[in-house]
Amino acid sequence: MTGATPGAITAPEGTTVLALRYAGGVVIAGDRQATEGHLVAHRHIQKVFEADRYSAVAIAGTAGLAIEMVRLFQTELEHYEKIEGTILSLEGKATFLARLVRQQLPMAFQGLAVVPIFAGYDRLVSDGRLFTYDVVGGRYEERDFGTTGSGARLAKSYLRTSYTDEVARDGAVDLAVRALVAAADDDTATGGPDIRRGILPTLLTIDSGGGTWVADPEVSELAAAALEASR
Amino acid sequence: MSMPFYVAPEQLVRDKAEFARKGIARGRSIVAIEYDNGMLLLAENPSRALRKVSEVYDRIAFAGVGRYNEFETLRKAGIRQADVMGYLYSRSDVTAMGLATAFSQTLGQIFSHEQKPFEVEILIVELGATNEQNRLFKVSYDGTMLDLRDVAAIGGKGEELEGAIRRGWREGMTLAEAFELGVEAFRTTEDRESEGWEIAVLDRTNGRRAFRRVEPAELSAD
Repeated sequence: MTGATPGAITAPEGTTVLALRYAGGVVIAGDRQATEGHLVAHRHIQKVFEADRYSAVAIAGTAGLAIEMVRLFQTELEHYEKIEGTILSLEGKATFLARLVRQQLPMAFQGLAVVPIFAGYDRLVSDGRLFTYDVVGGRYEERDFGTTGSGARLAKSYLRTSYTDEVARDGAVDLAVRALVAAADDDTATGGPDIRRGILPTLLTIDSGGGTWVADPEVSELAAAALEASR
Repeated sequence: MSMPFYVAPEQLVRDKAEFARKGIARGRSIVAIEYDNGMLLLAENPSRALRKVSEVYDRIAFAGVGRYNEFETLRKAGIRQADVMGYLYSRSDVTAMGLATAFSQTLGQIFSHEQKPFEVEILIVELGATNEQNRLFKVSYDGTMLDLRDVAAIGGKGEELEGAIRRGWREGMTLAEAFELGVEAFRTTEDRESEGWEIAVLDRTNGRRAFRRVEPAELSAD
């Protein structure tokens, strides 16, 4: 997605985000960098957002449009909940997000694409689920993990070799951090953990109790170990 | 061709008001009582599905008595306005004052321009950073807006209920005490037992979205 066409406008882009399932839940994670051409636009942008208590969105692509899309998505979910008196099903939320992505299609033709990942805990089947999207609003449920953004392929390669079905919460969080480090290693647009500056990836776990941010000390420790392992 | 009878505007307004009051008097009452950590909304409501109290925004709740379809229309309009304002500007720009004014204008308009006025009374409650900053508005069928403190009541026996609760209310009550006070006031005013409670709170310990529904079992110690 990076690399500007001559004449097209450029705007900061979010780079690598990913989500993976573990027993009874799902973890969704992203690095902190926004890149504009060959420059770092923002060093600690947030790309993982709670959509509501039981679901979250991670964004890649044109950051400004993506963040606005998330804001609308959050508002719509809460609005539905208050009007109807009940929370939308996870399927319903995923479908709704697909429509928001599809509405961006004219912008995507201008080179300003938004491609999110949606993950959450489905209370109807009592399990974590995740969905990836394409630029036309195609919605694809992933069984194990999903990645998007400039470093998506690198993160996916890492997960493909390391992921197992039996992974639990702690293992999944560790895997997510390692996959982000692997992506940052070879993709210049993706920002790796910057221990010196205290810039760490954001990770959110979602299970039957709802969403919980992984605390900085835990992320810091995992990131240090992952960086050490990739030396 | 027959000529319509002349009806003096005073008469017209009186008739409409009487009609609306009768409709509201048939409804079961709702009270709002301030307690140490927030605001309690207590409604007599035998139904488990049809709600009279609802979340509007992060720290704002709505309660309505009268015709269900009418206050439900108002509730939805209120939620829509709040969500649109919060999305366009900032979450902190959504206030009970703004919503109550909008409800007041809508009800006033309907009262003077429609054949039949809305038979409703509503409460808009906002939780402040401290109890001092709580807001409590009551809007009536004709658009009259009242700014209240500490306690409020709407519905058939609203005024008596409010009086009864005010007599027993003191600052810094716990939620359980506030609930007890409300139940006791209902009992003495209505002279019968309630057919079911719908309970909700706006509580400062609940985080961003302060609204929470409470089961009666959580509150009654006995």
